[in-house]
Amino acid sequence: MPNDRRPEIGGTISIQKQAFDIILSRLREAGYQTIGPHIKNDTLVYEPIESLNDLPQGYVTEQEAGRFRLIHNGHHRYFDLIPGSQSWKQYLFPPRLDLLTLQKNGKNWELITPTQDIPSYAFIGVRACEMAAIQIQDKAFLREDFNDPVYHARRVKVFILAVNCLHPAGTCFCASMETGPRVKDGFDLCMTELDEVFLLTIGSELARNLLTGVPFELSSAFVLNNAERGLENAAQQMGRTLVISDLPDMILNNLDNPYWQEIAKRCLSCTNCTQVCPTCFCWDAIDQMNLSGTETRRERVWDSCFNPGYSYVVGGNTRPTISSRYRQWLSHKLGTWKQQYGTFGCVGCGRCITWCPAEIDITREVSMLRKEAQQ
Amino acid sequence: MTNLQVATLTKKITYPNKGPRWAEITTITNETSDISTYWLKFANPAMQASYRFQPGQFNMVYLPGIGEAAISISSDAADHTSIGHTIRFVGNVTRAVSRLKVGDVVGLRGPFGTNWPVKELEGKDVFIACGGVGLPPLRPVIYHIIHNREKYGKVTLLYGARTANELMYTAEHEAWCKAQIDVELTVDRGDSNWTGRVGVVPMWFYQFRIDSHKTAVLTCGPEIMIRFVIYEALARRIPPENIFVSLERNMKCGQGSCGHCQLGPYFVCKDGPVFRFDALQPFFNVEEF
Repeated sequence: MPNDRRPEIGGTISIQKQAFDIILSRLREAGYQTIGPHIKNDTLVYEPIESLNDLPQGYVTEQEAGRFRLIHNGHHRYFDLIPGSQSWKQYLFPPRLDLLTLQKNGKNWELITPTQDIPSYAFIGVRACEMAAIQIQDKAFLREDFNDPVYHARRVKVFILAVNCLHPAGTCFCASMETGPRVKDGFDLCMTELDEVFLLTIGSELARNLLTGVPFELSSAFVLNNAERGLENAAQQMGRTLVISDLPDMILNNLDNPYWQEIAKRCLSCTNCTQVCPTCFCWDAIDQMNLSGTETRRERVWDSCFNPGYSYVVGGNTRPTISSRYRQWLSHKLGTWKQQYGTFGCVGCGRCITWCPAEIDITREVSMLRKEAQQ
Repeated sequence: MTNLQVATLTKKITYPNKGPRWAEITTITNETSDISTYWLKFANPAMQASYRFQPGQFNMVYLPGIGEAAISISSDAADHTSIGHTIRFVGNVTRAVSRLKVGDVVGLRGPFGTNWPVKELEGKDVFIACGGVGLPPLRPVIYHIIHNREKYGKVTLLYGARTANELMYTAEHEAWCKAQIDVELTVDRGDSNWTGRVGVVPMWFYQFRIDSHKTAVLTCGPEIMIRFVIYEALARRIPPENIFVSLERNMKCGQGSCGHCQLGPYFVCKDGPVFRFDALQPFFNVEEF
């Protein structure tokens, strides 16, 4: 096999699993921080990885409303588990970030913000729902009329190795939201993991260059067929479904439905769903001043529409009740988001279901609301 | 590895962290016991000279170590020498503003948001109904009308405050009247010196002759007042397309990014604060939305 052979954009190749380490080390040589799924403290996180050994081989996750378990069942695949509470959002839209630092000088303030290096991340193992979530956040942060500098500076540098999902979890419903289990676009490389090989679809010139010299074979029809069948099966195996045919209207026509109060009896307004949601983009800016009042740091932190102070205005709070806050969240995700950005704000990843301590299930609440609305 | 280039999106990176644009307080006008107007000038004269805003827009006023607050601009848009902010001392930031003195500096970002449609209103009668600190964002409209008085029909300002002492800009009312603006006042609670109207703004609509086919209503104030002003306006057969509302919501970024000011499909900071009422109609009366 000639060593400078390069695959074509749009083509699908298969590589031996060991060859994956070459890709990772090349990305690192090129200055990327390679971030991928990793098991730490008995849970699944997205952290820097260096080789296949850092990946969670042999694990699956069991997910239900309010329940997440990592299970080692000894299979040989590396990307077979559906992610935990973390998502790529934490890298593109950091949960806590310094915007500026000011130092008092007489009556004036001087800018002493330290220059920040914007890291180049290579995301290893971005699932279809997560790819869709990144594309949704792109629409929120990279607008014609306002290009968010924090997000943009990170986003333009990202290398994305996406992964098609073959084994969805119990809380997954990407097939309903039409975001998965197959990754549609936006990736540099898209992988399907089979037992023996990784299939890689080339999405960018960057990926093509990266693969120069990596031993590969063109995928046979048999193997491609296998992957295809796997994806079809995965779509059938979704743990949840959410009917979207009458959305957003059904929700926007039922803003006064008493069912919101029913949900509020269970919702703790804890903000978990918004923190784990890969599309939630709300942030707050707060000042941290030192005790002597001579220096202040302005920070940008994640916020949540479930925080009581979120809608604070003088003389009251626009959404003082939990029912109004839950309605705000859901009617944004599956309603007004579409008017704002042309897509739903939900990708069907199921995180809000898994990580809700009260086991509130967005798919169930929507179908219950629909039932109430029809009565 | 050659040839590896980092570029998937092609937009230019604009990293604006040059820090806040500082403005100095040149004058403070006390309006009432808890409201003052702060006259600001950018420290950078070129910035001051090039700063423009439209009536109804707002700035984010920043006090280092305290925070930022969205404050509407209450001065004349045709005056390029300074920017006026009429501020009531009620929140964290505004209470800190109350301790500032002439010569102190604040950070200023803006102007943000939509404006009152002063151009589109030419040829129409204008009925301004406002209460409390709902007047400051409308004062630039009054100035604009005065500068272009011949372009507008009958102009009425119906303005209410809690008490007579809390009526603002009283020194200017005479000049406004001279410019043929009908200034009509009301207070929630009268006292022995007050001989004018006592009652909330919406209840006085009946006293005015309003030509529904050629009048636009502009309103700003407490949300409950706005709600009833709109009822009255609709009852007087003014079409929703001719009712304009400026809303208050929690605003942190001013650019429709941080999410706080969301109202249905809108971010009030960029799609508002001034809305044509027909755009708000589906959501406006939904409780706690």
